[in-house]
Amino acid sequence: MTALLTILRAGPLMSVQDDGRYGFRARGVSTSGAMDRDAHAIANALVGNDAHAAAIEFALTGSTFTADRDTLIAVTGGSCQVEIAGRPVSTWESHLLKAGETLTVGTLRGAVWGYIAISGGIAIPKMLGSRSTHLRTAVGGLHGKALGPGDTLPLGDGEKLAPRTLGTPYLRRHGPIAVIPGPQDDYFDENAWKMFLRQPYRATASRDRMAMVLDGPALQAFKGHDIVSDATVVGSIQIPGSGKPIVLTADGQTTGGYPKIATIASFDLARLAQLPTGQQFLFRAISADFAEEQAIHAEDRLAAVIAGLKRNEGCPPK
Amino acid sequence: MQFRPRPGPALTGENAYPRILRCGDRGIAIEFSDTVSEAANLKVLSLDASLAANPVEGILETIPTYRSLTVIYDPKILRGAALGEALMQRAMHDTAASETGRLLEFPVLYGGEHQADLDELAALKNMSTADVIALHASAEYRVYMIGFAPGFAYLGGLPDILHTPRLAVPRQRIEAGAIGIGGRQSSINSVPGPSGWRFLGRTPFKLFDPARAEAFLLKAGDRITFRSIDTEEARDLDAQVAAGTAELKEIAR
Repeated sequence: MTALLTILRAGPLMSVQDDGRYGFRARGVSTSGAMDRDAHAIANALVGNDAHAAAIEFALTGSTFTADRDTLIAVTGGSCQVEIAGRPVSTWESHLLKAGETLTVGTLRGAVWGYIAISGGIAIPKMLGSRSTHLRTAVGGLHGKALGPGDTLPLGDGEKLAPRTLGTPYLRRHGPIAVIPGPQDDYFDENAWKMFLRQPYRATASRDRMAMVLDGPALQAFKGHDIVSDATVVGSIQIPGSGKPIVLTADGQTTGGYPKIATIASFDLARLAQLPTGQQFLFRAISADFAEEQAIHAEDRLAAVIAGLKRNEGCPPK
Repeated sequence: MQFRPRPGPALTGENAYPRILRCGDRGIAIEFSDTVSEAANLKVLSLDASLAANPVEGILETIPTYRSLTVIYDPKILRGAALGEALMQRAMHDTAASETGRLLEFPVLYGGEHQADLDELAALKNMSTADVIALHASAEYRVYMIGFAPGFAYLGGLPDILHTPRLAVPRQRIEAGAIGIGGRQSSINSVPGPSGWRFLGRTPFKLFDPARAEAFLLKAGDRITFRSIDTEEARDLDAQVAAGTAELKEIAR
């Protein structure tokens, strides 16, 4: 019989996400997948899943779960209070959740997107090659919807339940968020570029899985704020007529008619997505060639963290 | 690595096409024009077809649009600088294909729940609704791109007289299958959602149905004609679409 995870209590915007839906942007289908790919991949590795497995993503507020089979669980993305049957356990580690025990995940501190991975992964059917949920178009996930109390999710078969912890620390970079100018960088004059790269911006409450609207100096496009619609990518920074940048994130639409001053470097996208609302930050521009080098280094660092996982001695299996 | 902004072209300056535009560390675009043109769109589609026929290792996805082809790649396998050169080479040497898309006929129930927009459009144009329908159904349209939402088709070929600005206040929910006009573009809606376009009617066919073996009905380059149908035929087709037996009529390839 398939093991089931039952959601007893849920925060808003909680959904099933894997590592994304690829190959369908030309058909208008967003990539989706985890907002913080590294945290999602580490959560999966901690419970013995491969990087493609589906896990639960939540925004700020966690929730309460129970499973009808012994499983391993791991919570990553930020720090928050996590309890198994009332006992506090650490984030960024995996722990045994015995059948019938309650897992309680609290509110994230200093981060926005959290991940709960369960050994065996969430085994809902794939749609267009992925289990990720695109809420706006109801593609994938559990009936295309956010998760709520009473929902049950089938679990795949897990391996031996051996809790793990990080052997190599996972450290996030600090400092300005890296962007690569373009594709419509020439819609903006030197003055606009100076403001964009020298003045601070901050994340506003207008944010979801599709986009983040930023507050800061308004940027005027001297060639106008309408282009003949072309393709966007995950990380495109659109500048609409208001001059306030809109960063397209995992669920962002695939085409758009606003000029895109720059693209967030892939390795800094999760760092931006995790910035709490109101926190100021700076952008810095780097060349695409240099960004590729940095992106490859970031992938290597993640692979090293995953390869360095070790048995969680502090929490022996029972 | 200090970045210096590219000097923008003067307002009157012309860009040389095609040109390469970087879209981050995993995306690159080759742009053939900055306006809507069938010639540019054919070049986009022909380069896309060339990459499908003779793939370049490291390319993950291609996204054809009105006037550019965006390529998503894996920088571990293929660097953007080399990919940009390869795209330019292909674009310069490949001859643009002539029309290759299918010609498909979409049955449309004009009016219905979209009667109000149809009446308003007729009033704006000083035409009868019958004339608006006849004009709309007389043209051949071309799918310039699929985007924004799953399967959503941006069409070119709307007769000039029917060009109409979008609504000032978008509507909260427009159903899938709605046939719209937004400025000089027209569209077939694919998933329910808000829209500021004006709608003339609906087709029973679903542009996007993930339960179907082929989830997407259209692709960029396809050509479309519309045929006016009555309520009875629309109901029949609704039932056939629901049963999965409806077939879109392909007139020619």
